[in-house]
Amino acid sequence: MRTIDVAEITNHIKEMCIEANHFLAQDMDAAMKKAQDTEKSPLGKQILCQLQDNLKIAGEDMIPICQDTGMAVIFMEIGQDVHFTGGLLEDAVNEGVRRGYTEGYLRKSVVNDPIVRENTKDNTPAIVHYEITPGDQVKITVAPKGFGSENMSRVFMLKPADGIEGVKNAILTAVKEAGPNACPPMVVGVGIGGTFEKCALMAKKALTRPVDERSTIPYVKELEEEMLEKINGTGIGPGGLGGTTTALAVNINTYPTHIAGLPVGINICCHVNRHAVRVI
Amino acid sequence: MEQHIQAPISAEDAQKLRAGDYVYITGTIYTARDAAHKRMQEALEKGEPLPFEMTQNVIYYMGPSPAREGRPIGSAGPTTASRMDKYAPKLLDMGLTGMIGKGKRSDAVKEAIVRNGAVYFAAVGGAGALLSKSILSSEVLAYEDLGTEAVRRLEVKDFPVIVVIDSEGNNLYETAIKEYCQP
Repeated sequence: MRTIDVAEITNHIKEMCIEANHFLAQDMDAAMKKAQDTEKSPLGKQILCQLQDNLKIAGEDMIPICQDTGMAVIFMEIGQDVHFTGGLLEDAVNEGVRRGYTEGYLRKSVVNDPIVRENTKDNTPAIVHYEITPGDQVKITVAPKGFGSENMSRVFMLKPADGIEGVKNAILTAVKEAGPNACPPMVVGVGIGGTFEKCALMAKKALTRPVDERSTIPYVKELEEEMLEKINGTGIGPGGLGGTTTALAVNINTYPTHIAGLPVGINICCHVNRHAVRVI
Repeated sequence: MEQHIQAPISAEDAQKLRAGDYVYITGTIYTARDAAHKRMQEALEKGEPLPFEMTQNVIYYMGPSPAREGRPIGSAGPTTASRMDKYAPKLLDMGLTGMIGKGKRSDAVKEAIVRNGAVYFAAVGGAGALLSKSILSSEVLAYEDLGTEAVRRLEVKDFPVIVVIDSEGNNLYETAIKEYCQP
């Protein structure tokens, strides 16, 4: 049994909220640089150059990459031999978000109620997903999610008879509808299988996988590659203003499902696909 | 084509702009997004004045991140314009000449743009740090309680945008995609 004081979690979350909003992870940074070289549209290239300038300014002057510093989505993968002390874990996570967004000059974009809509003024509460894992370590992933792209995400409850072609159509439909609204070049997270909520959560988690890492399941890897090519053939391009770089990656996760169903969740993320990861 | 224009935008300047033009805006523009538009709509229904005159003015759909000490503003890129589609035709009919945002607009907005000789610009989404460098000053004008969603008056210099829908109804999002779409 390992004991961890939740104050330690608060500090990590605070730092990770600030880090994720000012610096892209290495995989995203490399993909954005590569896109600048391969884009065929002159205007698309110009936009990708501007996005490089934007990243440089964000890091040097500590200005958030995007003003939508997101709702803080946090994955907590907790080893089952860990015992937390010093207070409630979820309170500690929210305290980290509160401090990160306040001390880090990040935008407070959360309202207390979906209908009443009063700003909570500290970007809490976070959306926290817990997973119990073997061992005594804790893996924290902070993935602030902007809503321009979140609003364009979809869940399709397909029929088993729709098969893989149905899945491909669902992904292309979501991407085409998203178009310029989702701030392309986008990253497309997909969850296939499970239940209604499981496919959506898998899609969200898929966005945190490095964009240069393909699925280990052979048919899923092929599907990821085929869909990336199809999406980049839509012509949407950087900023939706035409071009050959519409997505940087399609990351797909799968899970067993029911004999009667084929759920597909598609979570679209803009080019500011933020994820900071720490293992403690 | 590259153009430099002044804001407020004269009717003559607005009509010169064509979808696809790369435009640098200098002058005064105003921010308003979801909650501010709702308040403005309510003000109009009650017959109360709006925080600023619509005539020849430009609304930037944007809610900034907080400014660090000594800076006019934080990160300041565009938000999705379609959420303001419900309110935009009325404001265009009142004389609003320019809108800066990102993403698609409804047919009703496009018709109001053509009817009034206005223009819809896109700024590059997710480039808020870069765009903040073209903002010289920022002042909260109304609805301060809305925080980032308050109405702000901005002084901008060479603020870079692209014409998406022009006063003739040409739409760059529709035409540009066709060019790179693989059948």
